[in-house]
Parts: sequence; structure tokens; C-alpha cells
Amino acid sequence: MAAPMTKMPSALSLEILAECSTTKARTCKLELPHQTVDTPVFMPVGTQGTMKGLTTSQLEQLNCQLILGNTYHLGMRPGPELLEKAGGLHKFMNWKRALLTDSGGFQMVSLLELAEITEEGVKFQSPYTKEEMLLTPEKSVEIQANIGADIIMQLDDVVHSLTTGPRVEEAMYRSIRWLDRCIAAQKRPREQNLFAIIQGGLDTRLRTICAKEMVKRDTPGYAIGGLSGGEEKDYFWKMVTLSTDILPREKPRYCMGVGYAVDLVVCCALGVDMYDCVFPTRTARFGSALVKTGQLHLNQKQYAKDFRPIDENCDCSTCKQHTRAYLNTIAGRESVACQLISVHNLKFQMDLMRDIRQAIIDDRYPAFIKDYMKTVYPAGDYPTWLRDSLASVNVDLNS
Amino acid sequence: MKFNLHNTQRAPGRLATFSELGRHGNTSMETPGCLLYTRCGSAPNLSHDLLSGIEGVPLVTQIPLPTIVESSDVLEAFGQGVAAFSGRPDTVVCTCTQDPGKSTPTGFNDKKSVSVWAAGGRKKLTLEGFLDLQEVLQPDLMEALSDGDTPADSSSKRVKKSVDRTLEFLDGCLDAKQSRQELRDVEVLGVIEGSELLEERLRSARETAKRPVAGYVLDGFHEESMEERTRWSIMKAVLNEIPEDKPRFLPRVGRPDEVLRAVELGVDIFDSTFPYEATERGCALVFSYALASPLPNDAVSRHTPASASSVDDCLGDDGGTVCDFDGQGENGDLNSRTVYEMKLSDQRFVEDFTAVVEGCQCYCCVNHTRAYINHLINAKELLAGVLLMIHNFHHFFQFFQSVRKALRDGTMQRLKAEINKCR
Ligand SMILES: [Zn+2]
Ligand SMILES: [Zn+2]
Repeated sequence: MAAPMTKMPSALSLEILAECSTTKARTCKLELPHQTVDTPVFMPVGTQGTMKGLTTSQLEQLNCQLILGNTYHLGMRPGPELLEKAGGLHKFMNWKRALLTDSGGFQMVSLLELAEITEEGVKFQSPYTKEEMLLTPEKSVEIQANIGADIIMQLDDVVHSLTTGPRVEEAMYRSIRWLDRCIAAQKRPREQNLFAIIQGGLDTRLRTICAKEMVKRDTPGYAIGGLSGGEEKDYFWKMVTLSTDILPREKPRYCMGVGYAVDLVVCCALGVDMYDCVFPTRTARFGSALVKTGQLHLNQKQYAKDFRPIDENCDCSTCKQHTRAYLNTIAGRESVACQLISVHNLKFQMDLMRDIRQAIIDDRYPAFIKDYMKTVYPAGDYPTWLRDSLASVNVDLNS
Repeated sequence: MKFNLHNTQRAPGRLATFSELGRHGNTSMETPGCLLYTRCGSAPNLSHDLLSGIEGVPLVTQIPLPTIVESSDVLEAFGQGVAAFSGRPDTVVCTCTQDPGKSTPTGFNDKKSVSVWAAGGRKKLTLEGFLDLQEVLQPDLMEALSDGDTPADSSSKRVKKSVDRTLEFLDGCLDAKQSRQELRDVEVLGVIEGSELLEERLRSARETAKRPVAGYVLDGFHEESMEERTRWSIMKAVLNEIPEDKPRFLPRVGRPDEVLRAVELGVDIFDSTFPYEATERGCALVFSYALASPLPNDAVSRHTPASASSVDDCLGDDGGTVCDFDGQGENGDLNSRTVYEMKLSDQRFVEDFTAVVEGCQCYCCVNHTRAYINHLINAKELLAGVLLMIHNFHHFFQFFQSVRKALRDGTMQRLKAEINKCR
């Protein structure tokens, strides 16, 4: 496979502010067309151009700098033509900070039973019109151009992370070919940053080949894809750290679909800069609030007369105004409960990332990791993958 | 608590200050005005932060018992009342027995109890149970327990019973102010029943007026509960029976033309279920309440600065309440809509990048377009209800400012003409 010879234009710049002297963690200023983003960053997912009933002002107050929209959903509704007329998703939803859109491929394959992947693209039936449709790499880039996000993702051939055998290799090589087609189709490289997505399943050899090929393409940033689908954590962290070892230091690295606090702390140590996950807002809908030690299921009886805030140390508007008992009273009954818990959960994620960044700046990230894990596992019963992954970056949880 | 009437001249409509309200006695509201409709102490769809961003939020919060009755043991354990429990410790709370934002099933009240419908189903409230609940809620004002279950076809015997029981309940509530320490400072509003029977209405009004109540609730005067013909004449008769020096509440009436009519008859306080119901229908209130407009017989009468142009295209030929925005009048869903609102899920707003109401200063109109809200409604996203609730509350609260200004300036006829442009 021939790599392009010219340097790819980019609409971002990455300034590394500090690198951990022990682990691979780093904190950077990522300058995007609409916003300078502090990394490591967690990106909340606003699927259809909105985030769980929160206004864009509330998202700004929570210090969200970069949020994610789903191309599959936005492409169906309101549709790329309308978004173009609106002047892009930023204007349509009145979000002035940075946006990232996925390629749409993952959602098609995971949401639609009838999706079929060929060399041309992903063939699927529209759930609205029942029409047969084809999402090619070119089409994905075109729709994402209409949406107008700061970062757009290549269409990749996603296989489930538990898949093994020749299909994984086929998908990996196809993802490289599709990347080349996306690069060729991209018309706005100085306004939008196209990220490559490294595939290769849980296979070290395939991941390595893919990462190296993609680095040759010199895209503005790189994502580690095809993970967090329920695979063994032992494989997960190895694929992540293998990728960050190959990826260039001066480009942002994005681990797709990661959002649990422990995973974030570990992946930052492995050198990842960006994350996204629906979990914090999705779980809010079911009345679950995030705390360091896990989740509080606020609709459970045990909170009915608990007059403490979700977290005494949290200064989000929900914790300042409401008790667990009040949230227990309205959870599942009043739609405002979902918003109140979402505010807290997003604040929880944003605070965690802020603390991670500060610890890296102060060059005390290893100590931060140990403290954090001690809170989550007070008995010291750390899972093997956690010990191993952190040991790989010179952090010994037992010392 | 004080109620001071300001306009003593005989012009229709009362301008007043309802003052010395709340725990610290330092809250007052100007009337005509409305209560803030809440469920469990939270405005529908809105966090307190979003609510506080709205201009002119009513200072008295209405909490319907069905939305909180299931938490009485929690409130008892909490011990600081429902205002603090809901996270707004300084608000003035007025409880009401039924949820004005929901229709109450009929046929479940009996001699000793009134049924309310909570999330988990029916709850029977006896007078004692009602008072126990009020003790833990610690409201500033409470609507006395009442049996208002008299739909339009009720027999006169049933109506008479409802008046009798409601008076009995009222006496029980007033006695409790003496016998129960925790209720001593709670102001009691007397509820006037009597359905469509003038005699019963008058009896209810006269008997209630004899008792030391803080104000009067004119129950059962909303659109579905009474014939349009008799509704206003009975309301007028009732208002003539009750003393002038106390506020009159009219629940579930919120359509701007009806509000103006009731204001002219002497009603002071409404609730804010009308903007809530519009929100639930996916509609935005768009009627103009601008007082700056010239009178309609002027040459430029079509100029409506605060109103959306589309209100103008919706002149109903039946002069009634249903407006056909999209040429599909048969649609059952449209029947509950009024000419004062715009159904934003409609196809014609898909590419409409203008504000819901041009010139409106609410968060929704300043920041978002009809097209975006159309998308949010069609995608069933929560933010649709949030933004519509913000706009509708803002619009409704501003409307009341306009009503007070019109009363102050003697321009009520002008406001009526402006409102009627929608019809
Ligand atoms: Zn919080
Ligand atoms: Zn508005």
C-alpha cells in the first residue's frame, strides 16, 4: 500500500504542556477551529445535536469544551441538507465550542441488523424510509463536511472486538483503504481535522501494521478503535499502549468509547488524550449518579431518606441544591431528574479530567493514580489487568 | 399577610399587592398575577438554575398534593418542609389539592375523603390525613381540602353534597389552625364549589365568606367543566358575593382572552398550567400582548411587534378556540390547541431559522430557532420541553406584566384588542 508523499494539511495544533516523568501521560493544549481544548479531555456524547435536556449554556458552565455528535443520527435527522442550510451543526444547535463527529459506520453496524459491508461501503436500510442506502467513505466525509465539526472521523470497517480470524485482518486492511478514500474525498482540510482509526482487533501484529500504515498518512490525529466492546481488559490495555507507542508524539490520540473513571485514569497513563462515552449521561436517565467509588442508584429505597447531596465535595448545581432524597422522589417521574443527574455526572467526568491534568502538570500523576485506585478498591483487591497495565508504565499499585 | 387594592375607581379589574407572604413575611406579589406551577416543587422540565434565568418568575410556588403525597414520610423525616426539600427554601409555597396540570378521574370521593392521583395510583385523603400532610409540607398558604368532583352532568344532589363537604372540610382546616401548632401560621384559602348551579355557587360563596379565610379559590370554572354560556355569569355572581379585601384565585384558566375576562370580573390570581400544557403539546405561545400597538381600527393595525407573523395567518373562521395551522383540522391532537400557540413539530418549521417569537428576550428565543426546536420535538429530545417551557413561562409571565400595566394605564381595551387579533 502506497502512502501519500505530501504532508497532510491540518486544522489543529497540539502544544504539549507537560509529560509525566514516570508514565506516558501528558497534558496538552489542543487548538481546534472553534475552541482550545485542554487534554486529556472527556467528550460527552450529544447524539442528535443535544445533550440529555441540558442547554448549551449549561454545557459551557460545566466546562465541556468538545462534544460529540453522531453522524448516523444527524444524517437521518435533521439530515445533511438541512444542516448545511443552517450553516452546520454548530449554528443549528448554537454550540460555539468544538465538535467531533463519528463516521456513522459504527452505529449502522451496531444498530441495524441488515447492514452489510462491502468494499464499496456499508449498505443499509433506512429505518425511516425503508430505502436501501449506501454509506461510502466519500459519503461519510461529505455528510461530516455538512455537519461541519472540528474533528471528523474516517469511515472504518468495524468488527466486534470479540471477532477473531481472517475477518479481523480484512477489516483492518479495508479500514486503511477507506482512510485513503476519505483523505481523497475531504474538501475542507483547513477547517476540519480528519482522524484515522486504528483497527486490528486484539491482534498485536494487525494493530501494529495498521497503526504504522496510518501514521504514514499523516492525518491530524489518530483514534484507537474497535475496543471497549466487552473484550478482556487484559487485551484492551495492551492494544491501547501498543498504539500510543507507535503514534507520533505531536498528534492527538483518541481512544473511542472509553468513559469509566478507572479506564480513563489508566488510559491517560498509557498516553491517550481524548475519550468519549455515552455512559455518564445514559446512566443518568436510569437515576444513577457517578461517585468515585462507583454509582449511586438514586431510585433505590436506601436513598429515600438520605438528605445528603450526591457528593458532599462536588460543587455542581445539583449537589448544591438537592439531596439524594429529593432526587429519589422525582427520579423516573419528572424529566428534570434526568437533567439534574446528568449535570452531576458530567461535572464528575469534567472534574476527574481536570484533576488528571493538574496531577500531570505537577508531575505527581503516579501518586494520583495510586490514591484514586485506593479509593475505588479500598481493600486493595486490584484486578490483574489494572496492576499489569499500570506496572507497564512503572506504577506499582502495591508499593 | 396583606392584600392591598390599588385601584379604587370603578374600572373593571383589580390591581393589588399581595404582601407579607412567606416565612419571613418579606415577599409580595403584584396582582393580577399567577402562581408558579410545579410538580414536587420543581417547575416542569426545568432545573432551578434554568428557572431562575426566566424573567418575572412568580414568587409563589404552587405544589399540587398528588405530586408530593407519596413522600409524606420522607418529608416528615426531613422536618423542614417542602420548600427546603425541593431545594428552594426561600420560596413561598401554596399547596392545592388536585393537580391542575392533569385531569382528575371522577367518581372516587366519598363523605370522609377526597381521592388524589399520585404516580403510584389513587390516594384517599381524609381531613386528618390531609392535615397531617400539610404539617410536614409546611406551606405558607394552603387550599383547604375540597370535593370538587362535579363534572358538567352531575345531579343537583351531588353538587349540593360537594358544597356541604367542602364547607365541612374548610371548617376542619380552620379548626386545625387552632388545634395543631404546626399549622398555626398557615393561611387557608376557602374553596368555592357548586358546579353550574347558581344557587349552590352562591351558597358556597356566602358560607365561605363568613369564615376567616385568607382568600377564595373559584374551583371548577375551567373550560371543560362548565358550559361557556353560564360560566361567566356564575363567576360574576360568585365574585359579587365575596368580600373585596381578599385575593381571588382561579385555577386552570390561562387562555389569555379568558384571563382578561376574568380579570375584568375581579379575579386576582391564576396558575401557570396554560404554558405547561402548551409545552406538553409541543407548542410555543405566540400571542401578542404588546401594549405599544395602535388600536385595531388604525390603519397599521397588522403591526404586531411582539408576535410572530404566523399568528396573523391563523385567523380562525369559526371565531372559536381551535386554529388550523396546517390545513389538517381533523387531526384530533389539534383540538386541544388554541389560537394563541404555534405547533413547532409542524413540517413548515423544518427550515425556519427564525426565533420562535422574534424579539422575545427569553433564553430559547435569543439562542435557538424554530427549525432546531422542530428537530428536537421530532427526535423526542428532552431539550424540546426545556426550551419550550422556558419560552412559554417567559411569555406567560410577561403577559401578566402587560395585564398589570394595562390596568395601571387604563389601556385594557387596547390589550384586549391585541389579544383578540389571534382569534
Ligand atoms: Zn454534583
Ligand atoms: Zn421566547
